Amino acid sequence: MTTLAHPRGAKPSRLSVGRIGLYAFLILSALFFLLPLYTMLVTSLKSMDEIRQGHVFALPDTLDFSAWKTAWSGACMGTQCLGVRIGFWNSVKITVPAVVISVSIGAINGYALSLWRPKGSNLLFGLLMAGGLIPYQIFLYPLVRLLADLSLYNSVAGVVLVHVIFGLPLVTLLFRNYFVAIPEELCKAARVDGAGFWRIFLEIMLPMSVPMVMVASIFQFTGIWNDFLIGLVFAGRDNLPMTVQLNNIVNTTMGERTYNMNMAATILTAVVPLAIYFFSGRWFLRGVAAGAVKG
Amino acid sequence: MRAKRRRSLAATFALLPTWIAAILVYIGTMIWSVRLSFTDSTIFPSSNYVGFAQYARLFKNSRWLASLENVLIFGVLYVGGCLALGFVLAAALDRKVRFESMFRTIFLYPYAMSFVVTGLIWQWMLNPTLGIQATVRALGWQGFVFDWIVNRDMAIYTVVFAGVWQGAGLVMVIALAGMRGIGEEQWKAAQIDGIPVWRIYLSIILPQLGPALAASGMLLSMGVIKTYDLIVAQTGGGPGYSTEVPAKFIMDNLFERQNLGLASAGATVLVLSVVMAVAPFRYALAMRAGRMGAHR
Repeated sequence: MTTLAHPRGAKPSRLSVGRIGLYAFLILSALFFLLPLYTMLVTSLKSMDEIRQGHVFALPDTLDFSAWKTAWSGACMGTQCLGVRIGFWNSVKITVPAVVISVSIGAINGYALSLWRPKGSNLLFGLLMAGGLIPYQIFLYPLVRLLADLSLYNSVAGVVLVHVIFGLPLVTLLFRNYFVAIPEELCKAARVDGAGFWRIFLEIMLPMSVPMVMVASIFQFTGIWNDFLIGLVFAGRDNLPMTVQLNNIVNTTMGERTYNMNMAATILTAVVPLAIYFFSGRWFLRGVAAGAVKG
Repeated sequence: MRAKRRRSLAATFALLPTWIAAILVYIGTMIWSVRLSFTDSTIFPSSNYVGFAQYARLFKNSRWLASLENVLIFGVLYVGGCLALGFVLAAALDRKVRFESMFRTIFLYPYAMSFVVTGLIWQWMLNPTLGIQATVRALGWQGFVFDWIVNRDMAIYTVVFAGVWQGAGLVMVIALAGMRGIGEEQWKAAQIDGIPVWRIYLSIILPQLGPALAASGMLLSMGVIKTYDLIVAQTGGGPGYSTEVPAKFIMDNLFERQNLGLASAGATVLVLSVVMAVAPFRYALAMRAGRMGAHR
């Protein structure tokens, strides 16, 4: 994704009107897609005086990085002015375990459902797929009560658990489809040699499925990092993820809004998934494609 | 025989956590919520059954009705917009252009960002006093008006902008993959017949991408029903109820307005609408997947 593709096929010897129109369209579209990112960036580097003049697309007169510093370590959410770094670390604490656990369980599920198929496999798979489609709103209130009974409500462990439960359908599907394509003989031969369920999984299947582990992890990481709803409902005031904190900072401030600081905080929230996207483009694409198949 | 059973016992055991999650969370909580929708619960669940009274209340609630209308407008324009723009972008990239991968990266990057971030960016750009409107006025066009985000009649369309900006790349990727799968012979045959390129995309390529586009349309539609964070971040449902959506109505009634019964009725309606929208499509896909699986 970071390397530029070489043009393929025969290159037209001269630019025809059609080609010019084509490139004009592509470049205009690219500008449309980039404009918001550009606007965020320049706004975050301006002083409030300059922002009040109302040239939203103009480059900053002087580069002013103070908004970034405030956004990271001084932005206020209510009376607490500790910056988005609080939300950043909360998001890390939520996302990392949720990704590791959901991908592990999903991989085991996919393996068991495709190569072992114990009784009820089809039913369980059907339940998972149906569950993956249902809007979360119907689960929320009872789940809050359930987690409260388990003393997990308003805790990092609670949000992680909810993310794992709602991540299972897609991760299971990814791994099931991956393992289904593996010749059954491989598994049978290992069984004849006396290897059991876990040994075949750990020594044969898991090493084979490293690409799928990457795809599933990236998909889950961006999904959970970008989540708003589950973090809002289950994390509790002390563990709010970055997205929820960002929204609170921007949309519930009293007095004049500090747009430069807001935009810096917004970029900081977007930067992790964006970095993953730019550096792992191919894996990201595969996750997107798999997600589309799920629909 | 016994050894085999013991081994598959390990597989059953490995699936146990998922069974618990599926039964307790997916089925259990759903039944609980549906049950609540037939009670007069307010702050706390009550077991005083009132039949369909909450549903009757729901469909007399002007805010709920407004949210249904909004989600319909948003859904049609958002899904349609993403499909149209995504397809056109894919067709343009399919014309053997230079820097294809750079363009592709640019068109898809918004999809990696959260709805909260998307909503906040557009809220800022559309801000009437300091955003696009102010910029154009500062350039000398004093009468320029672009205040959609604070205009009751137009605010919902600003959410559509943001949504299409975020989601069109997904369709582009899926459509482009489909176009690359179409054989060279069809192109040659069509070109020998002298059919113009745009006509080939519209009449020959588009029909063949039907299933892929339907799948991405389905994915986007599911997103429409769940739309919540984008609205919360960009407009907060306002001005007035003009961008209110069902998912937000339910959240507000669950956690702020203490209307547990009403919110549960709304959530049940939401689930029913997903089932009605998705069931036929999924069934067809499952049949096709089953046939493909048999060929392996």
